[in-house]
Amino acid sequence: MRNTKIAAVLAGAMMIPLAIAGCSSGGSGSSGKTTLTIEDYYSPPSLAPMEAVYKACGTDIGATVNATHVPGAGLIAKVLQQSSSKTLPDVLMLDNPDVQQIAESGALSPLKDYGINGDGFAPAVVEAGSYQGTLYGLAPAVNSIALIYNVEILKAAGITPPKTWAELQDAAKKLTKPGQYGFAFSGINTYEGTWQFMPFMWSNGGNEKNINTPQTAQALQLLVDMVNAGSVSKSVVNWGQGDVLDQFTAGKAAMMINGPWNFPALQAATGLKWATVPIPTPTAGQTSIAPLGGETFTVPQTGDKSKMALAGKLVACINSAKSQETIAKANLNIPSRTAVAQQVATSNPLLAPFVTVVANARARTAELGPDWPKAATKIYTAEQLALTGKMSPAAALNQAQSQ
Amino acid sequence: MFLVPALAFIVLFFGYPVVKNMIMGFQDYSTKTFFTGEAPWVGFSNYVAVISSSLFSTAVINTALFTIGSIIGQFVIGLALAVYFRRRFPLNNLLRSLLLLPWLLPLIASSAVWKWILDQDSGVLNQTLLFFHVINTPIPWLSSPDMALVAVIIVNIWLGIPFNVTILYGGLQGISEELYEAAALDGATKWKAFRHITWPMLRPVASVVLVLGVVYTLKALDIILGLTGGGPANATQTLTTLSYHESFVNFSFGTGAAISNILIVVSMVFTFIYLRVNRRPVDE
Repeated sequence: MRNTKIAAVLAGAMMIPLAIAGCSSGGSGSSGKTTLTIEDYYSPPSLAPMEAVYKACGTDIGATVNATHVPGAGLIAKVLQQSSSKTLPDVLMLDNPDVQQIAESGALSPLKDYGINGDGFAPAVVEAGSYQGTLYGLAPAVNSIALIYNVEILKAAGITPPKTWAELQDAAKKLTKPGQYGFAFSGINTYEGTWQFMPFMWSNGGNEKNINTPQTAQALQLLVDMVNAGSVSKSVVNWGQGDVLDQFTAGKAAMMINGPWNFPALQAATGLKWATVPIPTPTAGQTSIAPLGGETFTVPQTGDKSKMALAGKLVACINSAKSQETIAKANLNIPSRTAVAQQVATSNPLLAPFVTVVANARARTAELGPDWPKAATKIYTAEQLALTGKMSPAAALNQAQSQ
Repeated sequence: MFLVPALAFIVLFFGYPVVKNMIMGFQDYSTKTFFTGEAPWVGFSNYVAVISSSLFSTAVINTALFTIGSIIGQFVIGLALAVYFRRRFPLNNLLRSLLLLPWLLPLIASSAVWKWILDQDSGVLNQTLLFFHVINTPIPWLSSPDMALVAVIIVNIWLGIPFNVTILYGGLQGISEELYEAAALDGATKWKAFRHITWPMLRPVASVVLVLGVVYTLKALDIILGLTGGGPANATQTLTTLSYHESFVNFSFGTGAAISNILIVVSMVFTFIYLRVNRRPVDE
């Protein structure tokens, strides 16, 4: 998965110098309806439900919607190329941490121009889509991460799902035996590694503005201790979230940190019984704070005011309660409107733990805005230094912060 | 007039990107630039930022170790195989063509396979070594900062062998069999024949292989990204991965270009040597 992403980035990068207007910017459809282009990075199985939502919304607002799907990490390279050749799509999907960079470049229009203000949405969703206090992107459905455990392995060992750090360490140790680690997470040197570290850092009072604090060091120490105790594979420094999922489905890890986008794969794994709980907190009774994930929909500055207005309507429709329900059900993520999320919680027990997690989630870019990537790089660098035993957590965080 | 197509090709596909890259190295070229078209001139501040970053010295050292290690390994094994294949034996041609396989595989695919082979817990390599009691505990090939660079070099050597064998084998074909017969009559041993006939005759070819090898290895990116992504803890971060990271992860294209410009200069030094080496046989 990571390799295909690299290939996609490389391919996308090669396209930048060839900023040739290769994409038609729309125009009137044959039926006389306006054609809106929409660009996203969805791939099967999540692609079909999104297409269905686009189509239904097109009918609602009286436009034909043409969707282009760009492979994962290639999206930003493509967007940059399009913004220099002035061929941006009418509606652009962006992963929420990328909204900052693209909004900063001036390529997006404020959603308030189209009467969209984010009322009724989870606070973190609005924060994640805002750049310098202005809302530019809104995500219809969001996700986060939680602790996913193998029900049968825990039952056989007589262990209840851990709620605190001490319980997690204890459970991970007891669940470790030859050929099976107790716990798995992603500690890779990409933003995925940072994303998985956030719940530990935030729940302990750590902050991304300054990572050189005892709170963050304690959080890192927890992960280091589990790796040193042998309850977690040393290879986590090379594992992306996909690798973590593979370890879990292969029965090589009894518990893992991962998100609801893996539910389809987990359901497809035969004979695997699993369940989710929020990520353990330092002490009992604390609120687990996880990072918010999800794709926002934005309206790029294409210059055509009337089409931008129509695109605004499309973004509003994609974020309507009805669309949110469709997307959440099909793609197993959480509606970003709190009221719709509550409905999903009662109707789908699988998603119920995530509704709580998302309600308490935090946007990664909320504090630092466009400077988040720099902090994220520092965080995974420090994590890698500590996990590989090169430095103590405190020393690693100190070095990374001053980098 | 005959030069026009060649000239147009060079200007379009080599001149423009290189010049553009040089200019970008002096600009604050960010995501904003793509939308506004404005890239403020910042002089040498990209270079200052890059060179004063704590990662730069790590990357330079890693690049040097990666290049030297890969070249020595590739060349020695490549030469040994080329000499070996000079002998006539059954299946010689078949084996020689099989040797080209690493070259034919897409790098993304082979690095994914190597990642699996080198896995600490369930990788084939560790399992095999454990089975034969060569080691007692699994070697953390890709998950230890002390081993990762070695592992990446080993994979790159594997990757570079076909190139070395092919060119060196071609060079060996050019050495007349009569020389060896004459030497054998004079009572030369195999080693002496290699030392006094093969090596001197092969030297021009060997220099070409080495210089091209250095240039190819300096710019190696995909194999490192595929195996470790520059990690763990920046242990395999080279100038190319650093440049890639600056440009396509941080979207700071100015500093990314500055790093690749430094690489271009280093490569040009070796290209210059290559051209000199290539010219000499004609002069002689």
